[in-house]
Amino acid sequence: MPDLGKYAGAVLSAYAVSLALLAVLVLWSLWRAKRVKAALEKVEARRNGQD
Amino acid sequence: MASIWEYANPRKFMSVTDRVLPWIAGLSAIALVAGLAWGFFLTPDDYRQGSTVKIIYLHVPAALMAINGWLMMLAASLVWLVRRHHVSALAARAAAPVGAVMTVIALLTGAIWGQPMWGTWWAWDPRLTSFLILFLFYLGYIALWAAIEDGDTAADLTSVLCLVGSVFALLSRYAVNFWNQGLHQGASLSLDKEENVADVFYFPLLLCIAGFVLFFLALVLLRTRTEIRARRMRALMARERMA
Amino acid sequence: MKALLVRDLKLAVRAGGGFGLGLAFFLIVVVLVPFAVGPETALLTRIAPGILWIGALLACLLSLDRILALDREDGSLDLIATAPLPLEAAVSVKALAHWLTTGLPLVIAAPVLGVLLNLRGEGYGWLVVSLAIGTPALSVIGTFGAALTVGIKRGGLLLSLLVLPLYVPVLIFGAEVARRGAEGLSVATPLALLGAVTCGTIALLPFASAAVLRVNLR
Repeated sequence: MPDLGKYAGAVLSAYAVSLALLAVLVLWSLWRAKRVKAALEKVEARRNGQD
Repeated sequence: MASIWEYANPRKFMSVTDRVLPWIAGLSAIALVAGLAWGFFLTPDDYRQGSTVKIIYLHVPAALMAINGWLMMLAASLVWLVRRHHVSALAARAAAPVGAVMTVIALLTGAIWGQPMWGTWWAWDPRLTSFLILFLFYLGYIALWAAIEDGDTAADLTSVLCLVGSVFALLSRYAVNFWNQGLHQGASLSLDKEENVADVFYFPLLLCIAGFVLFFLALVLLRTRTEIRARRMRALMARERMA
Repeated sequence: MKALLVRDLKLAVRAGGGFGLGLAFFLIVVVLVPFAVGPETALLTRIAPGILWIGALLACLLSLDRILALDREDGSLDLIATAPLPLEAAVSVKALAHWLTTGLPLVIAAPVLGVLLNLRGEGYGWLVVSLAIGTPALSVIGTFGAALTVGIKRGGLLLSLLVLPLYVPVLIFGAEVARRGAEGLSVATPLALLGAVTCGTIALLPFASAAVLRVNLR
Protein backbone atom coordinates (compact mmCIF):
# COMPACT_ATOMS: atom_id res chain seq x y z
CA MET A 1 0.00 0.00 0.00
CA PRO A 2 1.56 3.31 -1.03
CA ASP A 3 1.64 6.19 1.40
CA LEU A 4 -1.13 8.50 0.30
CA GLY A 5 -0.46 11.23 2.81
CA LYS A 6 -3.13 13.63 3.86
CA TYR A 7 -5.17 13.07 0.71
CA ALA A 8 -5.72 9.37 1.36
CA GLY A 9 -9.44 9.87 1.92
CA ALA A 10 -9.93 11.69 -1.37
CA VAL A 11 -7.92 9.23 -3.46
CA LEU A 12 -9.43 6.12 -1.91
CA SER A 13 -12.98 7.43 -2.12
CA ALA A 14 -12.48 8.38 -5.78
CA TYR A 15 -11.29 4.85 -6.55
CA ALA A 16 -14.03 3.27 -4.45
CA VAL A 17 -16.82 5.30 -6.04
CA SER A 18 -15.57 4.73 -9.60
CA LEU A 19 -14.93 1.03 -9.23
CA ALA A 20 -18.27 0.55 -7.49
CA LEU A 21 -20.07 2.32 -10.32
CA LEU A 22 -18.25 0.27 -12.94
CA ALA A 23 -19.02 -2.94 -11.04
CA VAL A 24 -22.71 -2.06 -10.77
CA LEU A 25 -22.81 -1.35 -14.50
CA VAL A 26 -21.13 -4.65 -15.36
CA LEU A 27 -23.28 -6.71 -13.00
CA TRP A 28 -26.46 -5.04 -14.20
CA SER A 29 -25.53 -5.67 -17.85
CA LEU A 30 -24.61 -9.30 -17.15
CA TRP A 31 -27.78 -9.88 -15.15
CA ARG A 32 -29.93 -8.42 -17.88
CA ALA A 33 -28.08 -10.39 -20.56
CA LYS A 34 -28.70 -13.60 -18.67
CA ARG A 35 -32.35 -12.85 -18.05
CA VAL A 36 -33.11 -11.88 -21.64
CA LYS A 37 -31.22 -14.91 -22.94
CA ALA A 38 -33.20 -17.25 -20.71
CA ALA A 39 -36.49 -15.62 -21.66
CA LEU A 40 -35.67 -15.86 -25.37
CA GLU A 41 -34.74 -19.52 -25.06
CA LYS A 42 -38.08 -20.17 -23.39
CA VAL A 43 -39.96 -18.47 -26.21
CA GLU A 44 -37.91 -20.32 -28.85
CA ALA A 45 -38.54 -23.64 -27.14
CA ARG A 46 -42.25 -22.95 -27.03
CA ARG A 47 -42.19 -22.08 -30.72
CA ASN A 48 -40.23 -25.17 -31.70
CA GLY A 49 -42.62 -27.28 -29.67
CA GLN A 50 -45.52 -25.99 -31.69
CA ASP A 51 -43.95 -26.56 -35.09
CA MET B 1 -37.76 -23.92 -40.34
CA ALA B 2 -37.31 -20.21 -40.90
CA SER B 3 -34.04 -18.57 -40.00
CA ILE B 4 -33.37 -18.23 -36.33
CA TRP B 5 -32.65 -14.53 -36.62
CA GLU B 6 -35.10 -12.51 -38.56
CA TYR B 7 -32.33 -10.56 -40.17
CA ALA B 8 -29.08 -11.91 -41.53
CA ASN B 9 -27.12 -9.07 -40.07
CA PRO B 10 -27.91 -9.59 -36.40
CA ARG B 11 -27.23 -13.26 -36.86
CA LYS B 12 -23.75 -12.63 -38.15
CA PHE B 13 -23.17 -10.04 -35.46
CA MET B 14 -24.13 -12.56 -32.80
CA SER B 15 -21.82 -15.25 -34.10
CA VAL B 16 -18.87 -12.90 -34.48
CA THR B 17 -19.27 -11.23 -31.12
CA ASP B 18 -19.79 -14.58 -29.48
CA ARG B 19 -16.22 -15.43 -30.41
CA VAL B 20 -14.67 -11.98 -29.96
CA LEU B 21 -16.34 -10.80 -26.77
CA PRO B 22 -14.41 -12.99 -24.27
CA TRP B 23 -11.12 -11.77 -25.75
CA ILE B 24 -12.07 -8.13 -25.55
CA ALA B 25 -13.40 -8.54 -22.03
CA GLY B 26 -10.25 -10.38 -20.95
CA LEU B 27 -7.93 -7.80 -22.53
CA SER B 28 -9.85 -4.92 -20.99
CA ALA B 29 -9.65 -6.56 -17.56
CA ILE B 30 -5.89 -7.05 -17.93
CA ALA B 31 -5.32 -3.49 -19.15
CA LEU B 32 -7.54 -1.99 -16.47
CA VAL B 33 -6.03 -3.93 -13.59
CA ALA B 34 -2.48 -3.40 -14.81
CA GLY B 35 -2.97 0.27 -15.60
CA LEU B 36 -4.77 1.13 -12.38
CA ALA B 37 -2.36 -0.91 -10.25
CA TRP B 38 0.63 0.69 -11.98
CA GLY B 39 -0.86 4.12 -11.45
CA PHE B 40 -2.00 3.50 -7.90
CA PHE B 41 0.98 1.65 -6.45
CA LEU B 42 4.01 2.46 -8.57
CA THR B 43 3.84 6.13 -9.55
CA PRO B 44 5.20 8.93 -7.35
CA ASP B 45 3.09 11.73 -5.93
CA ASP B 46 2.97 15.00 -7.78
CA TYR B 47 4.92 17.75 -6.04
CA ARG B 48 1.93 20.09 -6.06
CA GLN B 49 -1.08 17.78 -6.00
CA GLY B 50 0.31 15.15 -3.66
CA SER B 51 -1.32 11.76 -3.96
CA THR B 52 -4.52 13.17 -5.51
CA VAL B 53 -2.73 12.97 -8.85
CA LYS B 54 -3.62 9.26 -8.80
CA ILE B 55 -7.25 10.17 -9.47
CA ILE B 56 -6.20 11.09 -13.00
CA TYR B 57 -6.11 7.40 -13.96
CA LEU B 58 -9.86 7.21 -13.51
CA HIS B 59 -10.88 10.74 -14.31
CA VAL B 60 -9.27 11.25 -17.72
CA PRO B 61 -10.22 7.87 -19.26
CA ALA B 62 -13.79 8.17 -17.98
CA ALA B 63 -14.14 11.67 -19.37
CA LEU B 64 -12.68 10.52 -22.67
CA MET B 65 -15.13 7.64 -22.92
CA ALA B 66 -18.04 9.88 -21.93
CA ILE B 67 -17.41 12.00 -25.03
CA ASN B 68 -16.42 9.12 -27.30
CA GLY B 69 -19.49 7.21 -26.16
CA TRP B 70 -21.69 10.01 -27.41
CA LEU B 71 -19.71 10.17 -30.68
CA MET B 72 -20.19 6.43 -31.10
CA MET B 73 -23.93 6.86 -30.57
CA LEU B 74 -23.93 9.64 -33.13
CA ALA B 75 -22.17 7.45 -35.68
CA ALA B 76 -24.46 4.51 -34.96
CA SER B 77 -27.53 6.76 -35.26
CA LEU B 78 -26.35 8.00 -38.63
CA VAL B 79 -25.79 4.45 -39.84
CA TRP B 80 -29.28 3.53 -38.69
CA LEU B 81 -30.87 6.54 -40.41
CA VAL B 82 -29.02 5.94 -43.68
CA ARG B 83 -28.63 2.18 -43.93
CA ARG B 84 -31.36 0.91 -41.56
CA HIS B 85 -29.21 -1.73 -39.88
CA HIS B 86 -30.99 -2.74 -36.71
CA VAL B 87 -27.76 -3.71 -34.97
CA SER B 88 -26.59 -0.14 -35.33
CA ALA B 89 -29.63 1.37 -33.63
CA LEU B 90 -29.47 -1.21 -30.86
CA ALA B 91 -25.75 -0.55 -30.34
CA ALA B 92 -26.51 3.14 -29.87
CA ARG B 93 -29.14 2.22 -27.31
CA ALA B 94 -26.72 -0.14 -25.56
CA ALA B 95 -23.99 2.49 -25.37
CA ALA B 96 -26.08 5.24 -23.76
CA PRO B 97 -26.13 3.96 -20.14
CA VAL B 98 -22.42 3.13 -20.33
CA GLY B 99 -21.65 6.63 -21.52
CA ALA B 100 -23.86 8.12 -18.83
CA VAL B 101 -22.02 6.17 -16.12
CA MET B 102 -18.69 7.35 -17.55
CA THR B 103 -19.94 10.93 -17.33
CA VAL B 104 -20.94 10.40 -13.70
CA ILE B 105 -17.53 8.90 -12.89
CA ALA B 106 -15.76 11.81 -14.53
CA LEU B 107 -17.91 14.30 -12.60
CA LEU B 108 -17.57 12.50 -9.26
CA THR B 109 -13.84 11.90 -9.43
CA GLY B 110 -13.45 15.49 -10.57
CA ALA B 111 -15.43 16.70 -7.57
CA ILE B 112 -13.44 14.53 -5.17
CA TRP B 113 -10.21 15.83 -6.68
CA GLY B 114 -11.47 19.40 -6.66
CA GLN B 115 -12.38 19.42 -2.99
CA PRO B 116 -8.80 19.34 -1.64
CA MET B 117 -7.21 21.00 -4.69
CA TRP B 118 -9.55 23.85 -5.51
CA GLY B 119 -11.20 23.95 -2.09
CA THR B 120 -14.61 23.27 -3.63
CA TRP B 121 -16.56 20.26 -4.83
CA TRP B 122 -18.02 22.12 -7.72
CA ALA B 123 -17.26 25.23 -9.70
CA TRP B 124 -19.10 26.53 -12.72
CA ASP B 125 -16.02 26.07 -14.79
CA PRO B 126 -16.77 25.64 -18.52
CA ARG B 127 -15.45 22.11 -18.64
CA LEU B 128 -17.40 20.95 -15.61
CA THR B 129 -20.55 22.66 -16.76
CA SER B 130 -20.47 21.22 -20.25
CA PHE B 131 -20.04 17.75 -18.79
CA LEU B 132 -23.08 18.26 -16.64
CA ILE B 133 -24.99 19.28 -19.77
CA LEU B 134 -23.69 16.20 -21.57
CA PHE B 135 -25.06 14.11 -18.73
CA LEU B 136 -28.48 15.74 -19.18
CA PHE B 137 -28.36 14.84 -22.87
CA TYR B 138 -27.60 11.23 -21.98
CA LEU B 139 -30.56 11.20 -19.58
CA GLY B 140 -32.95 12.59 -22.16
CA TYR B 141 -31.75 10.10 -24.78
CA ILE B 142 -32.17 7.13 -22.42
CA ALA B 143 -35.58 8.37 -21.28
CA LEU B 144 -36.82 8.69 -24.86
CA TRP B 145 -35.75 5.12 -25.64
CA ALA B 146 -37.53 3.89 -22.55
CA ALA B 147 -40.73 5.79 -23.27
CA ILE B 148 -41.53 4.39 -26.72
CA GLU B 149 -42.91 0.90 -27.17
CA ASP B 150 -42.30 0.32 -30.85
CA GLY B 151 -38.64 -0.48 -31.52
CA ASP B 152 -38.24 1.06 -34.96
CA THR B 153 -40.07 4.26 -34.04
CA ALA B 154 -37.91 4.59 -30.94
CA ALA B 155 -34.77 4.02 -33.01
CA ASP B 156 -35.79 6.71 -35.51
CA LEU B 157 -36.74 9.27 -32.90
CA THR B 158 -33.70 8.74 -30.69
CA SER B 159 -31.42 8.91 -33.72
CA VAL B 160 -32.77 12.31 -34.70
CA LEU B 161 -32.55 13.42 -31.07
CA CYS B 162 -28.93 12.28 -31.03
CA LEU B 163 -28.15 14.31 -34.15
CA VAL B 164 -29.90 17.45 -32.93
CA GLY B 165 -28.51 16.90 -29.44
CA SER B 166 -24.97 16.68 -30.78
CA VAL B 167 -25.30 20.04 -32.47
CA PHE B 168 -26.74 21.62 -29.34
CA ALA B 169 -24.20 19.95 -27.08
CA LEU B 170 -21.43 21.45 -29.19
CA LEU B 171 -23.21 24.79 -29.14
CA SER B 172 -23.58 24.58 -25.37
CA ARG B 173 -19.88 23.84 -25.04
CA TYR B 174 -19.00 27.09 -26.74
CA ALA B 175 -21.82 29.00 -25.07
CA VAL B 176 -20.60 27.85 -21.67
CA ASN B 177 -17.04 28.82 -22.55
CA PHE B 178 -18.24 32.25 -23.47
CA TRP B 179 -20.48 32.56 -20.43
CA ASN B 180 -17.81 31.77 -17.92
CA GLN B 181 -15.18 33.97 -19.48
CA GLY B 182 -17.68 36.70 -18.87
CA LEU B 183 -17.53 35.93 -15.15
CA HIS B 184 -14.00 34.85 -14.32
CA GLN B 185 -11.20 36.52 -16.19
CA GLY B 186 -8.42 33.99 -16.79
CA ALA B 187 -9.84 30.80 -15.35
CA SER B 188 -7.49 30.01 -12.48
CA LEU B 189 -9.27 26.71 -11.97
CA SER B 190 -8.52 25.33 -15.38
CA LEU B 191 -6.23 22.34 -15.20
CA ASP B 192 -3.79 21.56 -17.91
CA LYS B 193 -4.34 17.89 -18.31
CA GLU B 194 -2.44 16.22 -21.10
CA GLU B 195 0.15 18.91 -21.63
CA ASN B 196 1.52 18.91 -18.14
CA VAL B 197 1.56 15.24 -17.45
CA ALA B 198 5.09 13.90 -17.00
CA ASP B 199 6.17 10.57 -18.45
CA VAL B 200 5.87 8.74 -15.12
CA PHE B 201 2.17 9.48 -15.15
CA TYR B 202 1.74 9.34 -18.90
CA PHE B 203 2.38 5.64 -19.58
CA PRO B 204 0.12 4.17 -16.90
CA LEU B 205 -2.47 6.71 -18.01
CA LEU B 206 -2.23 5.44 -21.59
CA LEU B 207 -2.71 1.90 -20.35
CA CYS B 208 -5.76 2.96 -18.32
CA ILE B 209 -7.22 4.71 -21.36
CA ALA B 210 -6.73 1.57 -23.42
CA GLY B 211 -8.40 -0.40 -20.62
CA PHE B 212 -11.37 1.95 -20.55
CA VAL B 213 -11.76 1.83 -24.33
CA LEU B 214 -11.77 -1.98 -24.30
CA PHE B 215 -14.06 -2.00 -21.28
CA PHE B 216 -16.50 0.27 -23.06
CA LEU B 217 -16.33 -1.88 -26.18
CA ALA B 218 -16.90 -5.10 -24.27
CA LEU B 219 -19.85 -3.71 -22.34
CA VAL B 220 -21.44 -2.21 -25.44
CA LEU B 221 -21.09 -5.51 -27.31
CA LEU B 222 -22.58 -7.42 -24.41
CA ARG B 223 -25.46 -5.00 -24.09
CA THR B 224 -26.04 -4.92 -27.85
CA ARG B 225 -26.33 -8.72 -27.80
CA THR B 226 -28.92 -8.37 -25.05
CA GLU B 227 -30.84 -5.79 -27.06
CA ILE B 228 -30.78 -8.00 -30.16
CA ARG B 229 -32.14 -10.91 -28.16
CA ALA B 230 -34.81 -8.71 -26.59
CA ARG B 231 -35.84 -7.50 -30.04
CA ARG B 232 -35.97 -11.03 -31.39
CA MET B 233 -38.07 -12.04 -28.41
CA ARG B 234 -40.54 -9.22 -28.94
CA ALA B 235 -40.86 -10.17 -32.60
CA LEU B 236 -41.52 -13.82 -31.72
CA MET B 237 -44.06 -12.95 -29.07
CA ALA B 238 -45.85 -10.61 -31.43
CA ARG B 239 -46.03 -13.45 -33.94
CA GLU B 240 -47.41 -15.77 -31.28
CA ARG B 241 -50.16 -13.32 -30.50
CA MET B 242 -51.01 -13.04 -34.18
CA ALA B 243 -51.24 -16.80 -34.62
CA MET C 1 -50.41 28.23 -44.64
CA LYS C 2 -52.15 31.37 -43.56
CA ALA C 3 -55.29 29.41 -42.82
CA LEU C 4 -53.35 27.09 -40.53
CA LEU C 5 -51.84 30.03 -38.70
CA VAL C 6 -55.19 31.76 -38.27
CA ARG C 7 -56.76 28.54 -37.09
CA ASP C 8 -54.05 27.91 -34.50
CA LEU C 9 -54.27 31.47 -33.23
CA LYS C 10 -58.05 31.27 -32.94
CA LEU C 11 -57.88 27.97 -31.08
CA ALA C 12 -55.33 29.37 -28.67
CA VAL C 13 -57.28 32.52 -27.90
CA ARG C 14 -60.59 30.69 -27.47
CA ALA C 15 -61.55 29.63 -23.96
CA GLY C 16 -59.53 26.68 -22.74
CA GLY C 17 -56.89 27.27 -25.36
CA GLY C 18 -54.31 28.10 -22.77
CA PHE C 19 -53.65 31.62 -23.96
CA GLY C 20 -52.69 33.70 -20.95
CA LEU C 21 -51.76 30.66 -18.89
CA GLY C 22 -48.11 31.16 -19.75
CA LEU C 23 -48.37 34.83 -18.84
CA ALA C 24 -49.95 34.03 -15.49
CA PHE C 25 -47.23 31.46 -14.84
CA PHE C 26 -44.55 34.01 -15.69
CA LEU C 27 -46.11 36.46 -13.24
CA ILE C 28 -46.26 33.86 -10.48
CA VAL C 29 -42.63 32.81 -10.93
CA VAL C 30 -41.50 36.42 -10.70
CA VAL C 31 -43.65 36.97 -7.60
CA LEU C 32 -42.32 33.84 -5.92
CA VAL C 33 -38.63 34.63 -6.40
CA PRO C 34 -38.45 37.44 -3.79
CA PHE C 35 -40.15 35.12 -1.30
CA ALA C 36 -37.41 32.59 -1.87
CA VAL C 37 -34.33 34.83 -1.92
CA GLY C 38 -35.50 37.65 0.34
CA PRO C 39 -36.77 41.14 -0.39
CA GLU C 40 -33.36 42.83 -0.46
CA THR C 41 -33.52 45.30 -3.35
CA ALA C 42 -29.85 45.22 -4.33
CA LEU C 43 -29.87 41.44 -4.67
CA LEU C 44 -33.07 41.49 -6.73
CA THR C 45 -31.63 44.13 -9.01
CA ARG C 46 -28.61 41.95 -9.62
CA ILE C 47 -30.50 38.76 -10.43
CA ALA C 48 -33.49 40.36 -12.19
CA PRO C 49 -32.35 39.70 -15.80
CA GLY C 50 -31.64 36.06 -15.06
CA ILE C 51 -34.92 35.54 -13.20
CA LEU C 52 -36.91 37.14 -15.99
CA TRP C 53 -35.19 34.92 -18.55
CA ILE C 54 -35.75 31.74 -16.52
CA GLY C 55 -39.37 32.73 -15.95
CA ALA C 56 -39.97 33.33 -19.64
CA LEU C 57 -38.25 30.06 -20.52
CA LEU C 58 -40.37 28.04 -18.10
CA ALA C 59 -43.56 29.78 -19.18
CA CYS C 60 -42.66 28.87 -22.75
CA LEU C 61 -42.06 25.27 -21.74
CA LEU C 62 -45.44 25.05 -20.04
CA SER C 63 -47.46 25.30 -23.23
CA LEU C 64 -45.27 23.17 -25.49
CA ASP C 65 -47.27 19.97 -25.27
CA ARG C 66 -50.28 21.84 -26.60
CA ILE C 67 -48.58 22.58 -29.90
CA LEU C 68 -49.26 19.16 -31.38
CA ALA C 69 -50.96 16.95 -28.80
CA LEU C 70 -54.42 18.50 -29.18
CA ASP C 71 -54.23 18.28 -32.96
CA ARG C 72 -53.26 14.66 -32.67
CA GLU C 73 -56.20 13.88 -30.41
CA ASP C 74 -58.83 15.26 -32.76
CA GLY C 75 -57.12 13.89 -35.85
CA SER C 76 -56.36 17.20 -37.50
CA LEU C 77 -52.66 16.40 -37.35
CA ASP C 78 -53.17 13.62 -39.90
CA LEU C 79 -55.00 16.07 -42.13
CA ILE C 80 -52.14 18.56 -41.85
CA ALA C 81 -49.65 15.82 -42.69
CA THR C 82 -51.53 14.76 -45.83
CA ALA C 83 -52.23 18.33 -46.97
CA PRO C 84 -50.28 19.69 -49.96
CA LEU C 85 -48.42 22.02 -47.63
CA PRO C 86 -45.01 20.48 -46.84
CA LEU C 87 -44.78 19.27 -43.29
CA GLU C 88 -41.67 21.39 -42.71
CA ALA C 89 -43.70 24.51 -43.44
CA ALA C 90 -46.61 23.31 -41.32
CA VAL C 91 -44.27 22.74 -38.39
CA SER C 92 -42.79 26.21 -38.83
CA VAL C 93 -46.25 27.72 -38.85
CA LYS C 94 -47.08 25.82 -35.68
CA ALA C 95 -43.96 27.21 -34.04
CA LEU C 96 -44.84 30.70 -35.22
CA ALA C 97 -48.34 30.36 -33.78
CA HIS C 98 -46.85 29.21 -30.50
CA TRP C 99 -44.53 32.18 -30.44
CA LEU C 100 -47.32 34.65 -31.22
CA THR C 101 -49.52 33.29 -28.45
CA THR C 102 -46.82 32.60 -25.84
CA GLY C 103 -43.50 34.23 -26.68
CA LEU C 104 -44.73 37.61 -27.80
CA PRO C 105 -46.93 38.21 -24.72
CA LEU C 106 -43.97 37.27 -22.55
CA VAL C 107 -41.77 39.79 -24.34
CA ILE C 108 -44.35 42.49 -23.78
CA ALA C 109 -44.97 41.55 -20.15
CA ALA C 110 -41.31 41.24 -19.19
CA PRO C 111 -40.61 44.97 -18.64
CA VAL C 112 -43.68 45.25 -16.38
CA LEU C 113 -42.42 42.37 -14.28
CA GLY C 114 -38.96 43.92 -14.36
CA VAL C 115 -40.36 46.71 -12.21
CA LEU C 116 -41.30 44.15 -9.56
CA LEU C 117 -37.72 42.89 -9.47
CA ASN C 118 -36.25 46.38 -9.44
CA LEU C 119 -34.51 45.95 -12.78
CA ARG C 120 -32.04 48.73 -13.47
CA GLY C 121 -33.24 51.43 -15.87
CA GLU C 122 -30.72 50.65 -18.61
CA GLY C 123 -31.81 47.04 -18.64
CA TYR C 124 -35.36 47.31 -19.96
CA GLY C 125 -34.47 47.91 -23.57
CA TRP C 126 -31.97 45.07 -23.80
CA LEU C 127 -34.24 42.73 -21.85
CA VAL C 128 -37.00 43.22 -24.40
CA VAL C 129 -34.58 42.91 -27.31
CA SER C 130 -32.99 39.73 -25.96
CA LEU C 131 -36.36 38.13 -25.28
CA ALA C 132 -37.70 39.20 -28.66
CA ILE C 133 -34.75 37.56 -30.40
CA GLY C 134 -34.49 34.55 -28.11
CA THR C 135 -38.08 33.39 -27.63
CA PRO C 136 -38.65 32.44 -31.30
CA ALA C 137 -35.79 29.95 -30.90
CA LEU C 138 -37.48 28.61 -27.76
CA SER C 139 -40.70 28.07 -29.71
CA VAL C 140 -38.92 26.32 -32.60
CA ILE C 141 -36.90 24.06 -30.30
CA GLY C 142 -40.03 23.36 -28.30
CA THR C 143 -41.89 22.35 -31.43
CA PHE C 144 -39.14 19.83 -32.12
CA GLY C 145 -39.58 18.43 -28.61
CA ALA C 146 -43.34 18.31 -29.04
CA ALA C 147 -42.95 16.46 -32.35
CA LEU C 148 -40.65 13.93 -30.67
CA THR C 149 -43.07 13.17 -27.85
CA VAL C 150 -46.39 13.52 -29.64
CA GLY C 151 -46.96 9.76 -29.71
CA ILE C 152 -46.28 9.24 -26.01
CA LYS C 153 -49.04 9.27 -23.47
CA ARG C 154 -48.31 11.62 -20.60
CA GLY C 155 -45.18 12.80 -22.38
CA GLY C 156 -45.14 16.20 -20.68
CA LEU C 157 -42.38 15.42 -18.22
CA LEU C 158 -40.28 13.68 -20.86
CA LEU C 159 -40.78 16.69 -23.11
CA SER C 160 -39.27 18.94 -20.45
CA LEU C 161 -36.33 16.60 -19.96
CA LEU C 162 -35.63 16.58 -23.69
CA VAL C 163 -36.15 20.27 -24.36
CA LEU C 164 -34.46 21.91 -21.37
CA PRO C 165 -30.89 20.85 -22.29
CA LEU C 166 -31.54 22.15 -25.81
CA TYR C 167 -32.49 25.52 -24.30
CA VAL C 168 -29.06 25.98 -22.70
CA PRO C 169 -27.34 27.99 -25.47
CA VAL C 170 -30.32 30.31 -25.97
CA LEU C 171 -30.61 30.89 -22.23
CA ILE C 172 -26.90 31.59 -21.83
CA PHE C 173 -26.70 34.11 -24.65
CA GLY C 174 -30.10 35.68 -23.96
CA ALA C 175 -29.54 36.15 -20.25
CA GLU C 176 -26.04 37.43 -20.96
CA VAL C 177 -27.46 40.13 -23.24
CA ALA C 178 -30.01 41.13 -20.59
CA ARG C 179 -27.40 41.09 -17.81
CA ARG C 180 -24.81 43.09 -19.70
CA GLY C 181 -27.49 45.48 -20.84
CA ALA C 182 -28.61 46.08 -17.27
CA GLU C 183 -25.03 46.65 -16.14
CA GLY C 184 -24.37 49.04 -18.98
CA LEU C 185 -21.76 46.85 -20.68
CA SER C 186 -21.41 46.18 -24.38
CA VAL C 187 -23.92 43.61 -25.59
CA ALA C 188 -22.72 43.24 -29.17
CA THR C 189 -21.10 39.79 -28.89
CA PRO C 190 -23.81 37.88 -27.03
CA LEU C 191 -26.46 39.62 -29.09
CA ALA C 192 -24.84 38.50 -32.33
CA LEU C 193 -24.46 34.95 -31.03
CA LEU C 194 -28.06 34.89 -29.79
CA GLY C 195 -29.22 36.06 -33.19
CA ALA C 196 -27.10 33.42 -34.87
CA VAL C 197 -28.54 30.64 -32.69
CA THR C 198 -32.08 31.82 -33.36
CA CYS C 199 -31.58 32.09 -37.11
CA GLY C 200 -29.91 28.69 -37.22
CA THR C 201 -32.66 26.94 -35.30
CA ILE C 202 -35.42 28.60 -37.32
CA ALA C 203 -33.71 27.62 -40.57
CA LEU C 204 -32.74 24.04 -39.76
CA LEU C 205 -34.76 22.59 -36.91
CA PRO C 206 -38.13 22.44 -38.75
CA PHE C 207 -36.58 19.75 -40.97
CA ALA C 208 -35.81 17.63 -37.92
CA SER C 209 -39.25 18.33 -36.44
CA ALA C 210 -40.98 17.31 -39.66
CA ALA C 211 -38.84 14.17 -39.90
CA VAL C 212 -39.74 12.96 -36.41
CA LEU C 213 -43.36 13.93 -36.92
CA ARG C 214 -43.49 11.71 -40.01
CA VAL C 215 -42.06 8.85 -37.98
CA ASN C 216 -44.64 9.39 -35.27
CA LEU C 217 -47.52 9.50 -37.75
CA ARG C 218 -46.68 6.41 -39.76
